[in-house]
Amino acid sequence: MSVEERDPVSGYLTTGHVWNGITELNSPVPRIVFAFMVVTHLYALVAWFLLPAWPLGQTFTKGLLGIDQKTAVAADIAAANADRADWMDALATHDFETIRADPDLMARALATAEPLFGQNCQVCHGANGIGGPGYPRLNDNIWVWGGTADEIATTLRVGINADHPDTHFAQMPAFGRDGLLTGTEISVLTDYVQTLGAGVMADDPSDGALLFQTNCAGCHGEDARGISGSGAPNLTDGDWLYGGDATNLRHGLVVGRQGQMPSWQSRLTEAEIRAMALYVEDLSGTAP
Amino acid sequence: MISHLTRTERNVAMTLAALLALLGLTMAAVGNHDPMAVHGFMALGLGLVLVFAVGGVLEEPLPNPARLLQYYDDPIKVGIVLAMIWGVFAMAIGLWVAALMVWPDATFGQAWSSYGRLRPVHTTGVIFAFGGNALIATSFHVMQRTCRARLADQLSPWLVLIGYNLFCLWAVSGYFMGITQSKEYAEPEWYADIWLVIVWVTYLVLYLRTLKRRAEPHIYVANWYYLAFIVVVAMLHIVNAAALPVSWTGAKSYPAFSGVQDAMVQWWYGHNAVAFFMTSGFLGMLYYYLPVRAQRPIFSYRLSILSFWGITFFYLWVGSHHLHYTALPHWVQTLGMTFSVMLLVPSWASAGNALLTLNGAWHRVRDDATLRFMFVAAVFYGLSTFEGSFLAIRPVNALSHYTDWTVGHVHSGALGWLAMVTFGAFYSVIPQIWGRPAMYSPKLVEWHFWLALAGLLTYVFALWNAGITQGLMWRTYNDAGTLNYSFIDSMEAMRPYYITRVVGGSLFLAGICVGAVNIWLTVRGARNAAADRPLSPQPAE
Repeated sequence: MSVEERDPVSGYLTTGHVWNGITELNSPVPRIVFAFMVVTHLYALVAWFLLPAWPLGQTFTKGLLGIDQKTAVAADIAAANADRADWMDALATHDFETIRADPDLMARALATAEPLFGQNCQVCHGANGIGGPGYPRLNDNIWVWGGTADEIATTLRVGINADHPDTHFAQMPAFGRDGLLTGTEISVLTDYVQTLGAGVMADDPSDGALLFQTNCAGCHGEDARGISGSGAPNLTDGDWLYGGDATNLRHGLVVGRQGQMPSWQSRLTEAEIRAMALYVEDLSGTAP
Repeated sequence: MISHLTRTERNVAMTLAALLALLGLTMAAVGNHDPMAVHGFMALGLGLVLVFAVGGVLEEPLPNPARLLQYYDDPIKVGIVLAMIWGVFAMAIGLWVAALMVWPDATFGQAWSSYGRLRPVHTTGVIFAFGGNALIATSFHVMQRTCRARLADQLSPWLVLIGYNLFCLWAVSGYFMGITQSKEYAEPEWYADIWLVIVWVTYLVLYLRTLKRRAEPHIYVANWYYLAFIVVVAMLHIVNAAALPVSWTGAKSYPAFSGVQDAMVQWWYGHNAVAFFMTSGFLGMLYYYLPVRAQRPIFSYRLSILSFWGITFFYLWVGSHHLHYTALPHWVQTLGMTFSVMLLVPSWASAGNALLTLNGAWHRVRDDATLRFMFVAAVFYGLSTFEGSFLAIRPVNALSHYTDWTVGHVHSGALGWLAMVTFGAFYSVIPQIWGRPAMYSPKLVEWHFWLALAGLLTYVFALWNAGITQGLMWRTYNDAGTLNYSFIDSMEAMRPYYITRVVGGSLFLAGICVGAVNIWLTVRGARNAAADRPLSPQPAE
């Protein structure tokens, strides 16, 4: 057991304990620690008086400010909505022609929709609607379910093959998997569909043309230009949702195609859906 | 090493190894078609290896009784080596995870390498496997030296060490296979959790028995901290891991709590894992190796007492600050926030006590990279505890929550405090227990120090910037009153910071690799043992 020693650097005595050579100074706790303690504890005390803080069995101390996060956030949302109420109401109720004619309202609609597009649509349709394999490009003039603001708004509301009762419904059968066509027939059709860029020749006697008219024309049309509103796309425009090469066409014929887009009615408000329709219409450059 | 065990210890070790093999066999048999079976085979393999290892020395002559006059350092050596192996592995995985944020396709299309599986491998690997082995190893060293007593027996330290590493192995390999309880920092499933309880209670009993044998009248501060670490982690783990297995033959279980209660229990656990695993335990480390290396008395005994009880009392209240602006009632958030602010005083008192201890030894901080590691650790301990209290204030948290600021904060603690103090402690203890005059290359220690510091600063500055930028982007409104940026906009803005983070992580990983090489070169072929003795008479004063 050692005795207290004076440390030459600090001038303090040690406590007299030694552990494997380690000693400790018996120096006082610096004043600033206590000052600091008073400040932080006062902060806590004040917060406990002002805010909901301590549990009391079934309830808790409510605090003098009467703040509660649930009512606070509800009030914040109400205030934000009130700020936007006039033009959001206009957006939800006026027809698109009127909205387009009002430059101020139109600017607000596009500014509202852009981040909403980034948050909700971009994950599939890509930045600025450039699309990707399986997800259509939106910044062009090619539309399966219609490209006017009204039609886009409808598609946003009901979705495609979605759970909405009035959803756009379209399914291409799995011709190969379900045995509707033989492997040879699918090969012939695959080759034929790749030639459709030149359009459908009248009275084409080839096997491909016959197979097409029997199996595909019902939806895609005798001229293969698609039938608007049926969900069957134009096959002659060189624009391919799933890729226009033999592998992808064959795959589509074998397993069919059942693309989906959710219904956005439960997630976006009517005003937001209409703002989005205008924004997407604007993206495609078809805005009249 | 095993031949140092007494006859009784060998017999008990043999029985335990056989029981482990049997446990593994049972898990492998009942866990048919379940990943738990893989863990069963691991335990079976480990058990069989141990049976043969112990069986090989069963009939060897009894160990020399003179060993009882020495400290028992073998488990410390193994613990240090394991910590370094885990450290290199887990930090390499961390680098991979960081790279995924820049090149998300770098999973090579494999399920096991997806982000959601790699991330817990990194966090568990660094915190529990690297940090835990470092804590266990150094605690064995510190308690023996400061108690002037040999470990209470020679078997339980091995049980703790091997058992704990089996837990880590189960945890990490389980994540790769998709086993998780989905609770952050508490992902392992029920059987691993039960196993950890057994290991941890053994650890506690060993610690208490050794303390009881101490030849010093007082218990040194470092031991208070190590003990707080062991006791509170046991309590946290047992409560938070409470779960009901779907069946005894599979890994899946459901937590005992649900909804907001589950969230509160989880973050009561989660924050106190930070407090008592990543803080108390490593403060124990700092309180021993810093004064030894600086050759200075602790600045203030009274400050030690104040900060120990302050930290131990206040930390247990603050977990709710992880759940600001959630379904958690407002009053619980207020308590978490205010206690977090009060906690700053004892935290800074600890950091200040360490830094003031260096008064009179600043020339050593300048010249000795080992001490400099611990100096930087104390500075970053102070910085990250300030940051922690600051981020716990609700309006600040509104900006920082869910951003990379949180990730930056954790790494300022994990790299700047936890890893730095561990390296300082390792470079102090390794030459001593392997009976070498110094590390193989002091120059490599310098290299490690500067690589680690450069990596640390690069990393945390990148993520501070990233987090604040994200937080600000997420709350920017445009003239129409709509949020101006989508989430993907903020992700695109993060790219330069994420690249910088990869650079910082690479530097830090390079540092620990240099350290591992240096440690290997130091201990390779070392035949000597620590020169100090527990019962040698103390120098006359």
